[in-house]
Amino acid sequence: MTLALIDYGAGNLHSVENALRAAGCTDLTVTADADTVARADRIVLPGVGAFGACATALRGVPGMVEALEQRVRREGAPFLGICVGMQLMAEAGEELGTHAGLGWVSGRVRLIDAAGTDAKVPHMGWNDVVPTRAHPLIAPGEAYFLHSFAFQGDDSDVIATTDHAGAVTAAVARDNMVGVQFHPEKSQRYGLALLDRFLKWRP
Amino acid sequence: MTVRARVIPCLDVANGRVVKGVNFVDLIDAGDPVQQARAYDKAGADELCFLDITASHEARGTILDVVRRTAAVCFMPLTVGGGVRTAEDARALLLAGADKVAVNSAAVSRPEVVADIAERFGAQCCVASIDARRVENGWEVFTHGGRRATGIDAVAHALRLAELGAGELLVTSMDRDGTRGGYDLELVRAIADRTSVPVVASGGVGTLGDLVAGVTQGHASAVLAASIFHFGEATIADAHAALAAAGVPVRTH
Repeated sequence: MTLALIDYGAGNLHSVENALRAAGCTDLTVTADADTVARADRIVLPGVGAFGACATALRGVPGMVEALEQRVRREGAPFLGICVGMQLMAEAGEELGTHAGLGWVSGRVRLIDAAGTDAKVPHMGWNDVVPTRAHPLIAPGEAYFLHSFAFQGDDSDVIATTDHAGAVTAAVARDNMVGVQFHPEKSQRYGLALLDRFLKWRP
Repeated sequence: MTVRARVIPCLDVANGRVVKGVNFVDLIDAGDPVQQARAYDKAGADELCFLDITASHEARGTILDVVRRTAAVCFMPLTVGGGVRTAEDARALLLAGADKVAVNSAAVSRPEVVADIAERFGAQCCVASIDARRVENGWEVFTHGGRRATGIDAVAHALRLAELGAGELLVTSMDRDGTRGGYDLELVRAIADRTSVPVVASGGVGTLGDLVAGVTQGHASAVLAASIFHFGEATIADAHAALAAAGVPVRTH
């Protein structure tokens, strides 16, 4: 079982790699090669930074978006997006201008609206993951969040929320694709257990 | 519940070893940073902070190895500061496994470095660290481990760095650091009440009550401490329990 961890210059790759290995992944390739992604059994897309910069970086890797469309969308390989990697699954992001996403889930990524509350932005720290519908990857618990922008969109794609000046999307899913806004690689036991479930997931 | 108040043990690191001094002199060797990081990971610390306290005036490089080795075994958020002068310095630390990078002296001489880092790597990973001492009408920024006065108003400086893109402000009272007399709560509150980004209170913790006061009176989003944890006087669980008893939301153990 080969897992491709996509290196497009916009992720905390080594933290995610370390955590996947700690969760039991033995066959892991950190790769910027579209052909490798097109053959992988599982795919993880990390991402840290601004939406537009990450979207541009991902599109800048020759053939990568096409390889993802092929392997994830048409062939059904299990996919996990983390933080901005999750946000890129949306139709668009509105951070420093409007930028197109992959459009795999219905919605947009917008600034967390905390005006008139004492909630701080970035939303930084441990918070609840509250499943809004049953999904084999998402358990209730506490995870580490670090973001200013969040997914807003179709309820049928949202599988978990958290509370920061109101409900904030914590995870999205459709078919063989899952995205988590929080950082499983930084969420100690909770996060490693989630990665373990992803490694065993057969959607 | 809402986002939890964070308890952050801070490891002052010099030449790859953990040290903690009283007002930054008389350093005591308190062990290997990676071993300490693992212990705090197991103990349920909400984040960990490494401050490379000699980095401004000694050779750098050992901290990258410490960060790399720590990130390989700890699955908790890690902030690293000390000697970060440019976005390239920040990049090296982030690539080594840091989640956030704290900028201090460089943001005094060139505040734009905060914008450089925030634009390239995101505001969420850019921590502005401010060392301040009380003066007649407020607080003044000090650099170089609290040795060098700058004449800059600390509150205005902190707010400016948040405007420039810092995603978090780490506010250390150099009057209190190492004294165990409690945070400078007025300083922390003066900044926290006037910014929308999270503030970390730092400098002076002697008791669990000081941690609680940092949140309830200082209005900090996170509380940082060193000696109280390093020398086993209190555990992370004790800190969480004290905060919870005061009605502050914390992680469950």
